[in-house]
Amino acid sequence: MTYLAKPKLLRADAPKNTLGYTRRDYEGAISTLCAGCGHDSISAAIVQACFDLDIEPHRVAKLSGIGCSSKTPDYFLGASHGFNTTHGRMPSVLTGAALANRDLTYMGISGDGDSASIGIGQFAHAMRRGVNMTYIVENNGVYGLTKGQFSATADKGSKSKRGVVNNDTPIDLVALALQLGASYVARSFSGDKEQLIPLIKGALRHRGPAFIDVISPCVTFNNHAGSTKSYDYVREHNDAVNRLDFILPRDQINASYAPGELRRIIQHDGSILHLRKLDNDYDPSDRVGAMNHLQERHALGEIVTGLLYVDSSAEDLHRHLNTVEKPLNQLGDAYLCPGSKALDALNAALR
Amino acid sequence: MKPIQSSNDFVIKFANVNGSGSASANEMFARAIMRMGVPVAPRNIFPSNIQGMPTWYEMRVSAAGWLGRRGGCDLMVAMNPQTWDRDIAEIEPGGYLFYDSTKAQPRSRFRDDITVLGIPLTEICNREYTDARQRQLFKNIMYVGALTALLGMEFGVVEKLIADQYRGKDKLIDANVNALKLGYDHAKAELSCPIGLRIERADGVGKQIFINGNNACGLGAVYGGATVAGWYPITPSTSVIEAFGSYCRKYRTDPDNGMARYAIVQAEDELASIGMVIGAAWNGARAFTATSGPGISLMQEFFGLAYFAEVPVVVFNVQRGGPSTGMPTRTQQSDLIACAYASHGDTKHVLLFPEDPYECFTLGAQAFDLADRLQTPVFVLLDLDIGMNDRLCQPFDWDDSRRYDRGKVMTAEMLDAGKNFGRYLDVDGDGIPWRTIPGAHPTKGAFFSRGTTRNAYAKYSEAGTDYVYNMERLRHKFETAKKMIPAPVLKPASQATRFGAIYYGSTSPAMAEASALLEAQGVHVDTLRVRGFPFADEVIDFINDHDFVFVVEQNESGQLRMLLMNEGEVDPKRLIRVLHYDGTPITARFISGRIADALSKHKVTPIRKQVAS
Repeated sequence: MTYLAKPKLLRADAPKNTLGYTRRDYEGAISTLCAGCGHDSISAAIVQACFDLDIEPHRVAKLSGIGCSSKTPDYFLGASHGFNTTHGRMPSVLTGAALANRDLTYMGISGDGDSASIGIGQFAHAMRRGVNMTYIVENNGVYGLTKGQFSATADKGSKSKRGVVNNDTPIDLVALALQLGASYVARSFSGDKEQLIPLIKGALRHRGPAFIDVISPCVTFNNHAGSTKSYDYVREHNDAVNRLDFILPRDQINASYAPGELRRIIQHDGSILHLRKLDNDYDPSDRVGAMNHLQERHALGEIVTGLLYVDSSAEDLHRHLNTVEKPLNQLGDAYLCPGSKALDALNAALR
Repeated sequence: MKPIQSSNDFVIKFANVNGSGSASANEMFARAIMRMGVPVAPRNIFPSNIQGMPTWYEMRVSAAGWLGRRGGCDLMVAMNPQTWDRDIAEIEPGGYLFYDSTKAQPRSRFRDDITVLGIPLTEICNREYTDARQRQLFKNIMYVGALTALLGMEFGVVEKLIADQYRGKDKLIDANVNALKLGYDHAKAELSCPIGLRIERADGVGKQIFINGNNACGLGAVYGGATVAGWYPITPSTSVIEAFGSYCRKYRTDPDNGMARYAIVQAEDELASIGMVIGAAWNGARAFTATSGPGISLMQEFFGLAYFAEVPVVVFNVQRGGPSTGMPTRTQQSDLIACAYASHGDTKHVLLFPEDPYECFTLGAQAFDLADRLQTPVFVLLDLDIGMNDRLCQPFDWDDSRRYDRGKVMTAEMLDAGKNFGRYLDVDGDGIPWRTIPGAHPTKGAFFSRGTTRNAYAKYSEAGTDYVYNMERLRHKFETAKKMIPAPVLKPASQATRFGAIYYGSTSPAMAEASALLEAQGVHVDTLRVRGFPFADEVIDFINDHDFVFVVEQNESGQLRMLLMNEGEVDPKRLIRVLHYDGTPITARFISGRIADALSKHKVTPIRKQVAS
């Protein structure tokens, strides 16, 4: 239960990151989700990514909407402020928070109901605006908390646990994110942490809207034969275009790659994305190509995963608004209030 | 019928076609009267349209300084053939009609009891100008020139206004002054100037400034320390944000690097705008939005979240009429209930009611202190009448020793000193908890914000006892708020009376004049202007001190009256409705007429019985 704190017992030799934090310092309350839920694997991946990146937990703000996925921010980064907002409206609240303090790291956690149905408008506009954030959708194709209704990402023809077939066209949030201007777009699978953790790291260190669609099977309502979001189906149809190794500037690069096998992308903060190609024709800097590839493979029933698009020179919302470097929530009275002299001059102009 | 004779006290109404450039000419004329030291209250009555529909500009000229609508019209400047008949009908007996006499009109289209003043404006324009747009724009300036002569005003004053307005664009100055002179000279030559209505130099304006409430709200938000605004365009509130933006560019641009000490985001809808405001305020920035009725409806769920998560947000609501296409360019005070109890699940909000641009500025700035101190949404409820019309008001002032009250923010130092932090814990006995700002401390003070399923330490809880604790604390917080809300303003009648009147917001100037009209008739009514909600004890005391209290409002359902009944547990029979809700601003004649009627009936039958029947 979430109100039970995790035991503080810790092995003396638990590994520490360069800040001296252990993994436990990045964990949160005990999850109340179903045993085997893909979402818990994503929470674990977030914990690992933040630990590896030496992010101070309290410098992260985690925001979510409503639903099973949106409950998860309580289950990681317990030393961070979190905000469980209203259904489908996390993007706007996150946008406001990001405007108030540009120095924190913003993580938006949402689900397919929260982002593709009720919140599709806010999802779209947050991407358009270039909000500097890591936006993760934990995508299982169903409404879990209300017990198994189809969501808007459910594939046409997929079958619910009760045997109902979905006739509606699915929304592909990755395709939308690409079209709408997200500058880091990835898809992954909650059952593949080797793929997921580096993708989250890259997103956290990306400047601009980073979107990761994580297929995360619902063990209770959408893990049966006939579902296209079950563990088995996703494993069989996972079509990864690349594997990402995330490398901090301080890290030594030991791995060696065959010529033409690797693509190296340097992000604005100096972090390096090493992309090992799995599909030789796939170019993650080609936005239109990415959209085409996605559609072609989707038509074949394949789920394209990996780092699908990245623009490491993208600008974010603060740049567009030309806001001062100092966070707005830290500007003192003297920086904000023009004072009585300015008012006297203004009064004179109003006569 | 003897023509009306009046110096510095009359009503001029301009009937125009919208999109013809008339509003700026009319406003210039109003300013010219003010520069002669005579108070004027102009009101733009405009359609929800860009070009071609009827629009009126009503100017109350009042040496006594009455800034409300009086009612009636002494001089009609009829420039719109579409509305001719109703415009002619509106003129007071003995009044004046000014019109474009280019096209001859049959006698039947005029009235015998008014003075008709015709100038062939179109003909003169067609003769003087070749460009179609110039013909239109200069026609406006030309009638300003003619009126200058007809009202016996100083030509030099208007000429100087034009020079001030187009400073640096000499060509425009010359062209406009030329048009002004054409109108002036023609009136002087062909009509008998001045008419019975005259503007005479006076000293009634003094230090007052002339500005609209929306601009004053935008300025108030700058002075109040707002740094984040999320918004969505909607009439009549749009210009609050536009003003905030332009004042920010002027006062909040970093002189060293030209960067912005503010962020304004035009959202995709009102849900997103209030969402951004809540996010920014949760994260420690002062944030606000401006909207109108439909936006208030859309924001309801978020208001509840802000109320229960206790996020200090400020909302300027410039009130108008109903949903969809409903009267967006007309004024009303019809969102009180929608704001006072906005959202689901037992909520109650702080409201402020500015009476004019001066209070839009002061209460607008104060709203941010109140929101931070109380950690709750604060609504500044103005309306189109104050928001979009330039109004004379006292000059803005600011005490430089004043510091923003950021409320109970627990800092890293306080956490390190071992202060007990429970996000929703009442430690001070005033119902207001402490909060921390995200990122403040590495190990202490973090919390997870939610709606209501949590205990006093912000831990997840569905326990009934935790819920009840929270609701009782919020109720207590609302009691605390009572003492912080701006006090009501009492104006006693010249002699003791059993009757009172309560009013608020834009009704203020009309109510003041109505009181004077009633006093002149020997009718005495004490008045109380309510400036906010929750009601201070003085408001309920005022009702208890009178047998009957008129509640004067600009809505159909008597919304302030409902709040008074509900919150003050007042006997409804003692609160008499005086309601004006046709979308135009309430007038002094309407208020005094209704009150006088009610009281004269009262002399025959006791009101207690009459109301009961």
